[in-house]
Amino acid sequence: MNWKAFLAMLARDAHVARRNFVPLIFQTFLQPLMFVFIFGRVMVGSGYMPPTYKSLLLPGIMAICMVGTGIWAVAMPLIAEFQFTREIEDRLLAPMEISWLAIEKVVAGTLQALAAGLMVIPAAWLLLRPGVELNVPHPLLFAGVAVLVALFSATGGLALGCSMQQTHIGLMFSLIVAPMIFFGCTYYPWSALEKFPVLQKAVLVNPLVYASEGLRGTMVPQFPHLPLSAALAGLLFFNALLLVTGLRKFHGKAVT
Amino acid sequence: MCRHAEGNSGMVAGIRTRDLRKVYTSAPPVAAGTGGFSFGAPKAKGKQPKPEIVALDGISLEILPGEIFCLLGPNGAGKSTTVGVLTTRVRPTSGQAFIGEHDVWREQVAVKRLIGVVAQRPNLDFSLTAREILAFHGAYFGLSSHERAKRAEALLERFKLTDRADQMVRGFSGGMMQRLSIARAMMHDPQVLFLDEPSAGLDPQTRLLLWEIVREYNQSGKTILLTTHNMEEADALCKRLAIIDHGRVIALGTPQELKASVPGGFLLRLRFGRHSPDLLQRLQGLAGVREVRATDGEGTDLYADRSGSLVAEVANLASAAGVELCDVHISEPSLENLFLHHTGRSLRE
Repeated sequence: MNWKAFLAMLARDAHVARRNFVPLIFQTFLQPLMFVFIFGRVMVGSGYMPPTYKSLLLPGIMAICMVGTGIWAVAMPLIAEFQFTREIEDRLLAPMEISWLAIEKVVAGTLQALAAGLMVIPAAWLLLRPGVELNVPHPLLFAGVAVLVALFSATGGLALGCSMQQTHIGLMFSLIVAPMIFFGCTYYPWSALEKFPVLQKAVLVNPLVYASEGLRGTMVPQFPHLPLSAALAGLLFFNALLLVTGLRKFHGKAVT
Repeated sequence: MCRHAEGNSGMVAGIRTRDLRKVYTSAPPVAAGTGGFSFGAPKAKGKQPKPEIVALDGISLEILPGEIFCLLGPNGAGKSTTVGVLTTRVRPTSGQAFIGEHDVWREQVAVKRLIGVVAQRPNLDFSLTAREILAFHGAYFGLSSHERAKRAEALLERFKLTDRADQMVRGFSGGMMQRLSIARAMMHDPQVLFLDEPSAGLDPQTRLLLWEIVREYNQSGKTILLTTHNMEEADALCKRLAIIDHGRVIALGTPQELKASVPGGFLLRLRFGRHSPDLLQRLQGLAGVREVRATDGEGTDLYADRSGSLVAEVANLASAAGVELCDVHISEPSLENLFLHHTGRSLRE
């Protein structure tokens, strides 16, 4: 393993992210925070939603922000760089096994997703207060779940980025990312689907369910949520599956 | 001198391929894996035979350490695939490739340390400035930050890019991008430099600068493999060259040897008013004519050891046979003639 090359590539990604900081902030936070404002502030303030919805919403918004950031940070450059600009070729020729380049992308995406997740908490809290009751009894467990959620977003980005054609980017968001968010227990807890038993079972194939429910279980455990062991197992399973799929597809793209 | 270096220090690496074959199936690489989120072309159902494209059909080459070697051939001949195999980016279907003593497929990291690659299509990092592109490339190869800055500065100067060094490359012209690509490939001072069609799209002045830099780099003892479909470039730069067509080496040697191997050396491309086998036979009998070949329709290629003085005799023979001589084109001994002689096609076609 060539750590020098690996760290240089991380430094390159950090440099590019720093350069694009302002647009990145808007892209990451604008939409979720507007959602927070309308549903958590306007709808609750006008009495259409119960006041407790503020606290229930926050973990879901955090999950959306993290997953959106990780997928965007990993998938979009891969799609463009493999198919259009080919700029990844220089890094494929660096003296390092090419799988490590894919892993570097995952690490960079995970770090960006974690940063987005941690930044959205105070932003959303400021928009929603008063009345948000965050309750993190086990900070380490919360940190572990947050890392797994961030990792899921980045491995998902790797698998998607190496599978999608450039012309299908719009489809990727409307056919995969959007349904994943709406059926991902982000705006409601999994238990809210009890009256829709088929849907409740079906959404378990959606990895975002484990992300939202895992964050809910560690940030606002006063609300119903999936058992933490199930959320952790689901996240671990999907992380492993997406990483293996992503690495295989990355190889398919990198070597013809 | 460089040839001796291989045995002594192993510092200067050559290139060797043994019976390289590469067969592409039409399925895109993205659909090659299993499962996942593939939105690629629909996969063939059942066991329909996949159309196969033979890109390399048994390429064996030995490129000496410190040599400038050229792969010359038309588009689609297999030049880029050969470079792809030698630079770890294309998996050979069979055969072996070595850079120095390292098997390219089995020892990829060791090979990547030895090589610098300029791809046919620009692949610069659009998120970075010119200087950053060189610096990060150096960092991937473990150069210290001081060394990176020093080398980047020198290369920017050498490639006449200093005044644009701190601008994003997005706005660079094609020629500037190409110059920067070559500078980047030299940044870690590789033992073997691959240049895939380096002068395509360059203006004549930049092309001359490129040739000068390539020669200079070679004089520092480095091996250079260059692909081109430009005979002038092959002739001007290469010590030896291989002419490739349909994935096979059809001729190999120094430019002088290869040019001398064309029968007679000169080529007269003639066009008559109508096809006349009888006339062709008579042309064969002219003094100095080595070979007469009918091409498409009324065309005839005549290989000979003289040129201008033959034209009058050809015209006389045609007139005697009642055939009109419509067009004559004389080519001096060249690699183009050699390619035509071997394939019946022009490199430019």
